[in-house]
Amino acid sequence: MAYNNPDGVMIGLEIHVQLNRLKTKMFCGCSTQYHNSQPNTHVCPVCMGLPGALPVINEGAVEASMKVGLALNCEVTDRTQFHRKNYYYPDLPKGYQVSQYDYPIVSNGKVVIEGEDGELVVRIRRAHMEEDPGKMVHMGTIDKSRGTLIDYNRSGMALLEIVTEPDLRSPKEARRFLDKLRNILEYLDVFDSNLEGSMRVDANISIGGGSRTEVKNISSHKGAERALIYEIMRQKNLLRRGGVVTMETRHFDEARGVTTSMRTKEEEHDYRYFPEPDLVPLKVKDRTSRLLDTLPELPDARRDRFVSQYGVPEMHAKALTSDIKVADFYEMVAEKVDPKVAATWVADVLKGELNYRDLTVKSFNVEDMVKIIQMVIDDRITDRSGVEVIRTMLDSGGIPMDIVQQKGLMKAEDSVVSSAVDEAIKENAAAVEDYMQGKEQSMNFLVGQVMKKTRGRADPQTVREMIISRIK
Amino acid sequence: MPEWINISGIREKITDTSAEEVTLSHIDKIRNSRTYGFSAINEKAVEQAKEIDSRKTDSPLAGVPIAIKDNISTLGIPTTCSSKILEGYVPPYNAHVIERLVDAGAVILGKTKMDEFAMGSSTETCCEGPALNPWDTERVAGGSSGGSAAAVASGEAPVALGSDTGGSVRSPASFCGIVALKPTYGTVSRYGLIAYANSLEQIGPMGTCVKDVATVMDVIAGHDPRDSTSIKKDMNYSKSIEKDINGMKIGIPEEYLSDGINPEVQKCVWDAIHKMEDLGATWKSVSLPHTKYALSSYYIIAMSEASSNLARFDGTRYGLRAEGENWHVMASRTRAEGFGDEVKRRILLGTYALSAGYHDKYYLKALKVRTLVKGDFDRALSETDVLMGPTMPDIAFKLGEKIKDPLSLYLTDVNTVPVNLAGVPSISVPCGFADKMPVGLQIIGRHFDEESILRAAYSFEQNTDHHKKRPEGVR
Repeated sequence: MAYNNPDGVMIGLEIHVQLNRLKTKMFCGCSTQYHNSQPNTHVCPVCMGLPGALPVINEGAVEASMKVGLALNCEVTDRTQFHRKNYYYPDLPKGYQVSQYDYPIVSNGKVVIEGEDGELVVRIRRAHMEEDPGKMVHMGTIDKSRGTLIDYNRSGMALLEIVTEPDLRSPKEARRFLDKLRNILEYLDVFDSNLEGSMRVDANISIGGGSRTEVKNISSHKGAERALIYEIMRQKNLLRRGGVVTMETRHFDEARGVTTSMRTKEEEHDYRYFPEPDLVPLKVKDRTSRLLDTLPELPDARRDRFVSQYGVPEMHAKALTSDIKVADFYEMVAEKVDPKVAATWVADVLKGELNYRDLTVKSFNVEDMVKIIQMVIDDRITDRSGVEVIRTMLDSGGIPMDIVQQKGLMKAEDSVVSSAVDEAIKENAAAVEDYMQGKEQSMNFLVGQVMKKTRGRADPQTVREMIISRIK
Repeated sequence: MPEWINISGIREKITDTSAEEVTLSHIDKIRNSRTYGFSAINEKAVEQAKEIDSRKTDSPLAGVPIAIKDNISTLGIPTTCSSKILEGYVPPYNAHVIERLVDAGAVILGKTKMDEFAMGSSTETCCEGPALNPWDTERVAGGSSGGSAAAVASGEAPVALGSDTGGSVRSPASFCGIVALKPTYGTVSRYGLIAYANSLEQIGPMGTCVKDVATVMDVIAGHDPRDSTSIKKDMNYSKSIEKDINGMKIGIPEEYLSDGINPEVQKCVWDAIHKMEDLGATWKSVSLPHTKYALSSYYIIAMSEASSNLARFDGTRYGLRAEGENWHVMASRTRAEGFGDEVKRRILLGTYALSAGYHDKYYLKALKVRTLVKGDFDRALSETDVLMGPTMPDIAFKLGEKIKDPLSLYLTDVNTVPVNLAGVPSISVPCGFADKMPVGLQIIGRHFDEESILRAAYSFEQNTDHHKKRPEGVR
């Protein structure tokens, strides 16, 4: 069913992405690994803006930006240039930010997302490179601060500002776009979303063709969705009461979930852009084909491959590829067990349980997942028990076989094996002791005892693991 | 009359005595200065000289004392751009040129006065008062590298570094009767040079003779990866000077000898041209038709860049900090107290020229004029080897004569600024006297053809006596 956008919502986003997977900053050799470091320890004359220091373009940042552009289906400019954006702020050490103006490195791209009514093409107007300012830290609370300290460790970090056309029609679509963008950036390995302040969003929004407002500096995807929901409501209420939406910049108060006015159009800065005389224009287009060759498989392509290679449903393929770590995890599991069953377990069960606990797939290991799925496939535990094993492991750790045993999740047939194992251990204390002393053959003896008791119905490898886990 | 001492003289003296002795004698001269060119003496100068003595190195500038303009960053030595706003600022790093000088064994004597942030042509906007002209201490030394020129002309330093944004080494060299080179843009790294107008300026050597200037160039020029505008090119400047100028084609830009030029200055320049003819060169008249727009273009570009460059001086990280109830008040007061009138004037005008609604009318138009001026030089230098004319339209003026009338002061840069717009190299050499004050001859070359202008300057110098005259009382 077509989405008719009842309020005439138009949303455009400006996303500041910190290229934090680079080794060094945008214009100097300082390390980007400043998180968890003392303030002002990752600085030099260049990123501190000391008099006389000069910037040098980080070629890695240029190529990372081009890769992002190519992944967003952008055109690469023939000639790119840096400009100075002039404004005063304590965290801006030079009194200007080196940014790009009329020659952004890439432009005219598009990203397809899942819209309110099927696929939605979101046009990318441009993406340009710039440097991050430092960070202000208020001593005490902001209203009762004894002073403000500035940490320039962040100063000079490479940023890519990605600007969309106002093609998004709802806060949900905005959030989906951000999720998709983050996913693409992580596939490209230019960006780690887990680091503080790595992605910051400015959202432009208008309804019914009226003036737009810009909500600045939103730090999370959820925040963006909430800010936009609030802003639509605010603009609608304003119009209902006979008011007019004026063009202005607003601030999103994350704690209260509201936006407040920062400045009106008349108070807008005049940034007095002019070409940065300390840098020379760059010719970059000739690197395009080489960089295209180095682009990794991107989420959409990987999704299609999952469908064709593993025969998994589209829905699962989407869920699995929407996070590179999940997709990598899935492929490792799919190597060992039936890929279709694996898809259900990873996409539906594991992902859900992880999300519920705010954990990432890093918290689970591939072998455990394989074992659980294998037990289900072998019909030794039920689906429900499999879910319980995963939950228990996430909440209190442990290994799958033990949990199955402790919770008595084993199906009837397996409980025969389980009791046989218990019996074998009890009856052969000497052999157990020998094994503990390092005698490998004793284990073979013990496994043999179990095989005898179960008349060969048990899987020797599983038995072996069961014995080991119980005697240790 | 006592001799100025050049680099080879210094090196002989070091062989006879020591680098320590030479440095001490210069510091003694600085302490008894009549011209006040220095703003700070390097406390470690003697220590550095002793170290050179112990190393017994024969690198080209071993033990040679050098004065440094105060906008070039020196590790551990205050660097203030002659501005109150940088009071107490001690750079934690050396400019590229300083690294090179130190590596070559030079002894940094100290820092020299300049027009505040290099904004001026007389060193009168220096926050500590002007450097004086050794030929007449009631006159200006020129600027903005006036302290360096005064130091060299007073015999307080055999050589010095200045910086040239619109004539700032050539103007004081002309007024003080010494030699100074403005290299091709991109030849000498600007890393560590505190920017006034980045797209125009170069660090340049100053000395009592062409050979010394070339020797210092050999040390400071060369590619530096930390300056993105630095060019990869290997040159040997001192070697190139000795070839004769037989057959050299000289262009005389008619605009540089206009009616506004002091006739006595014109006479000195014509005498120089005839001298070059005697030495085997030929000359012809050429035209640089956009010269009349160059000055406005230059000031708009320089002030625009300056308005941005000087934004960092806000009292937050270094230098002067005023009191204020919040950051904006503190920063505003710091700038109000820290900058002098001329600096404020240029920041305001530059901010205006870059503002929405005026940007195209001023800044963009100035860039277009710059392209035309560059075209003038390309054309004139396609049919000649070098261009010659007066460096300054007049001799050094009296202290206080022009400082109250900025426009008349800006006009003194009329023959020097087109060179910076075009980025070409230019040298000023003494070519006579008018009213007992030195007159400078400007020789301009093609991009990266320092060789031709150094050669022309050297031939002229070797066949004339102007550079042998000394201001009274100079030891």
